[in-house]
Amino acid sequence: MNPHGSAADASGPGRALLPGLGLLLAGAMFLSLALGRYPLPPQEVAGFFFAQLGWHDLAPERQALLHNLIVDIRLPRVLAAVLVGAALSISGAAYQAVFRNPLVSPGLLGVLAGAASGAALGLVFSGNWWIMQLAAFLMGGLAVLIGVGIAALFGGSVVMLVLGGIISGALFTAILSLVKYVADPYNQLPAIVYWLMGSLASADLKDIGRLAIPMLCGTLVLASLGRALDALSMGDDEARTLGVPVAFVRYGVIGAATLISALTVSLAGMIGWVGLLVPHVARLLTGPGNARLLPASACLGGIFLLLADGIARNLGTTEIPIGIVTELLGIPAFLLVLHRARRGWVG
Amino acid sequence: MSLCADQLAFSWRRRPVLDGISLCLQPGEVVALLGANGAGKSTLLRLLLGLLQPDAGTVSLAGRPLGSWCQRDIARQLAYVPQVHVTPFPYSVREVVLLGRLPASGLFRSPSRDDHACTEQALAHLGIAHLAARPYSEISGGERQLALIARALAQGARLLVMDEPATGLDYGHQLRLLERLGALAAEGYGVLMTTHHPDHALHAAHRVLLLRQGRIEADGPPHRVVTSDNIHRLYGVAVAAVQAADGATIAFRPAGWSAA
Repeated sequence: MNPHGSAADASGPGRALLPGLGLLLAGAMFLSLALGRYPLPPQEVAGFFFAQLGWHDLAPERQALLHNLIVDIRLPRVLAAVLVGAALSISGAAYQAVFRNPLVSPGLLGVLAGAASGAALGLVFSGNWWIMQLAAFLMGGLAVLIGVGIAALFGGSVVMLVLGGIISGALFTAILSLVKYVADPYNQLPAIVYWLMGSLASADLKDIGRLAIPMLCGTLVLASLGRALDALSMGDDEARTLGVPVAFVRYGVIGAATLISALTVSLAGMIGWVGLLVPHVARLLTGPGNARLLPASACLGGIFLLLADGIARNLGTTEIPIGIVTELLGIPAFLLVLHRARRGWVG
Repeated sequence: MSLCADQLAFSWRRRPVLDGISLCLQPGEVVALLGANGAGKSTLLRLLLGLLQPDAGTVSLAGRPLGSWCQRDIARQLAYVPQVHVTPFPYSVREVVLLGRLPASGLFRSPSRDDHACTEQALAHLGIAHLAARPYSEISGGERQLALIARALAQGARLLVMDEPATGLDYGHQLRLLERLGALAAEGYGVLMTTHHPDHALHAAHRVLLLRQGRIEADGPPHRVVTSDNIHRLYGVAVAAVQAADGATIAFRPAGWSAA
């Protein structure tokens, strides 16, 4: 073994990993704009953007068609996929670090179920977009609180936190069922059901614009706290004696991770597995150091969801809900990760 | 630069845990803190590190009350070396030691060239440079203890507070560790360690403190403090001192057991 070349070192080939992932993400976004029911050659997509910038001439009607296809139809989905994938993955990695538990994720902590029931409540009882977002965040936060509270009540071990999250998720799934039951069966109920299956199809640029700001802020907050999270995963006392403001970091991370993962629900419904799977894949690439793991998870999450959306859009003649695709892709991939990563897990 | 406690008192759920504790740790000495289970050793360490606030009395570092320091500045003078533990993620030994540079670099900066150099130096100092790339979760307990000490040195701290450093180590690792602590003291580091082994206090410390029922009952050189009488008071077991030809105590053996 090379004594100076662990995957965790920020030197040698490891240094190129994050820029490489960033480039890969940009490439995947570009390809996703080209793929669809009407496939476009990549050079035509590039030509369209050059024409938009005024560097290149296209026939006006061709330009209008491409604008409709690329900007109106595909761009919102691509942006939504990247935002949602990055948010779920980085919050999964951050939850794993802050709870010192490699088995948690926004889904397993009950955040997604909580946010879904909150957003559904908002939809049924108010219909106001802002109230839906706020309800999604508050109920998502409540779900974490209940899950962590149950775990703390029974000793706070790794397994108890998973069980607490399952119980909390079950509670909010029940609340969601209740909301569906009282929802208007002709308009509201189908809307809730299809939206929660997970779909990027309904994302429009206006919603994405409004949600992108808090989601990007939350992602940046998490990405900037990587080293503090490393210290925190050693234990509270040690982190404090290393000069880390433990309460500030812990509640900041839980708040930011809950905010961005709750907002993914209102953007794209419940998309499972991503928040658990992607951090583990990223950890195989970067090692456990959160300063690199968190940004790598965000990039990989965006790429993974673009891939899943590509399959959802292109596999059949009608679109498959992306939540179903991520679960189908996620299970075998996670078994593979489990097999490889098991050795490093303790507890 | 010294760490001093003056008349500390601390209660937990209205039950007094510590009372009237005064002590001092100077650079260049190894101080052992002996006490039975539940005597308040861990609480005392946490008070000295500023992790708990005393109900009365003060802890001061370099003559200034701990409360007037910011946690980051404390960390550059005073390091905590916890009991050997495992991390939930397989950090490399180098990454664990590099965490010691957090107080110097701050939370938001990535480690500088200096931080990396400091880390390598600390690893070399403790003789574990060859383990740097190994996962911390897969090396032996003795090696993990050395990694935690290396992290404390990487902090730049001159005073180390160690919670039962020998616990969980095999006999060879225990002796090598104590020898290492002596060497650090000779270089000017101050070490305060709790221990369950009177032998360790006797042989490896310059000064021994006895903590019994929340009070410091003795504070002095090992041969005066670690006596069979004191061991009986502390642990409730009768032991006889085994003495070398020059009259110095070298070990204890249970009274009543015949040395057949």
